[in-house]
Amino acid sequence: MATVAEVKKLAALARIKVEDAELEQFTKEFDAILAYIGQLTQLKLPQHSLEEKPLLRNVMRNDGEPHTPGAYTAKLTEQFPACEEDALVVKQIISHG
Amino acid sequence: MAKLNEMTIAEAARALRARECSVRELWDACVNEAHARNKELNAFLEIFDVDDGALHGAQKRIDTEGAKAPLLCGIPLALKDNILLEGKVASAASKMLEHYRATYDATVVKKLKDAGAVFVGRTNMDEFAMGSSTENSAFGPSVNPHDTERVPGGSSGGSAVAVAAHLALAALGSDTGGSIRQPAAYTGIVGLKPTYGAVSRSGLIAMGSSLDQIGPLAASVEDARILYETIRGEDIMDSTTIPDNLYPMRAVSKSLRIGVPRHLLEEGIDADVRAAFNALLEELARAGHVLVDIKLPMSAHALAAYYIIMPAEVSTNLARLDGIRYGFAERGETLLDDYVLSRTKGFGEETRRRILLGTFVLSSGYIDAYYHRADAMRAVLRREYSVAFEKVDAVAFPTTPSPAFVFGEKSDPLSMYLGDIFTVTANLTGMPAISIPMGHVDRAGISLPVGAHFTAPHQAENILFAIGSAVEKIGHV
Repeated sequence: MATVAEVKKLAALARIKVEDAELEQFTKEFDAILAYIGQLTQLKLPQHSLEEKPLLRNVMRNDGEPHTPGAYTAKLTEQFPACEEDALVVKQIISHG
Repeated sequence: MAKLNEMTIAEAARALRARECSVRELWDACVNEAHARNKELNAFLEIFDVDDGALHGAQKRIDTEGAKAPLLCGIPLALKDNILLEGKVASAASKMLEHYRATYDATVVKKLKDAGAVFVGRTNMDEFAMGSSTENSAFGPSVNPHDTERVPGGSSGGSAVAVAAHLALAALGSDTGGSIRQPAAYTGIVGLKPTYGAVSRSGLIAMGSSLDQIGPLAASVEDARILYETIRGEDIMDSTTIPDNLYPMRAVSKSLRIGVPRHLLEEGIDADVRAAFNALLEELARAGHVLVDIKLPMSAHALAAYYIIMPAEVSTNLARLDGIRYGFAERGETLLDDYVLSRTKGFGEETRRRILLGTFVLSSGYIDAYYHRADAMRAVLRREYSVAFEKVDAVAFPTTPSPAFVFGEKSDPLSMYLGDIFTVTANLTGMPAISIPMGHVDRAGISLPVGAHFTAPHQAENILFAIGSAVEKIGHV
């Protein structure tokens, strides 16, 4: 059973706010979904499936052949919510005061 | 001759080469129809202005290269709003990216441009491709052209409507759990989810990265094949793309062996949808194909595994959208407020629900019970299908248990999720699958299309196209 407190905690972890008015509805729906997907926790799965290595793996590339400096700067800074020249403006999070 | 915008790609390519019409006339026919009907259908979030250079270039290529010009040269296509076209907005139908302009072309767009295709517009969808109806679009739902009271399916609903209503000759969509095949079935067209890795996702706004594939929605199997052949191939920009012949080649025989898991079709399907499916199978058998009863005992649990894996990947993929570098940005007192306000106001309800669900199944204490078991289930399903493919060429299902539903009918999320029961397994296993029209069923006096769904082994799209042609010959398309 999901509780309102759990959903609130998950929301905080996910950097999302669920309004109080929505919380109960969300929790109820969550419960139904968890009950459905919970069928997997009861299943006996064959050993091979638990040992199989993932098919996807991270692929690294060598550094090299960089693009021309500044080639994409204008396009990217256009998307910034706020910028000073080419720099992205963010809130100060460390204060020296 | 059919109206220009009602031609298939193959017909239009022939007409262009025979000078029965020009690239501009074909463009005008599609775009005029799109402008005339989009208010009613909401298929497009944006209909693009004409690109004279692209039309002129395509016409010149056809004039000079003739039969050697690519079949897609001068063909007007629609693009799902999560596929990047440089300089154009790509919003994924979300308030979060409402004003986001693509800074580069997706690989599939590059390939289509190289082939001379032209783009009518970007199509409506469920927000970030999460949904089965387009009701989760931040910009209002698309409407099924067969019955405007009903959804067109989703998440690639706008692309399906654009093709079904002849606003474009064909379209691209993306499919994470059925998002190409289900709307194709609901609107009476062909939809293909290629093998995982067959088509580059560079420039696709990610949803579930181990599941997502870009694929065609088209008026015919041949058109779907033409589009697939153009967009497929290994890409240095997407490390999950695969080389040709990574999996064993499968020959297409004249008599195809079609596996039917009848034990999964006994309940939960509308009687007339089952009847249409059985009638199609009988006709395929009469045409010389062989029906084989198969068992897929663990497949009944595929949907549960999907609704663990998918939200887990959604919650991680969408973590990048934090209101800092691009997209919707709301500011509060602290940096944390900036994140929370931007995400809360930028995402719609279903997106937030799936992010929370994903956060839950990945959280410490639950990851073994849910995520790791769901991952193990993928291995079980892959093996189960591999065993089945030792004696059959493809596995058949109805694409959906019911025809298109009425707006608002599936208001609780779980009932919406259950509609994906036949489509998600192909995403979990990475196998290619196609939906092909298999006739109509009646609801309230209106005839609604339904689709047949075939899954083939990895990289055996050739088998799907062969079965598709066999179904078309029977005459439902």
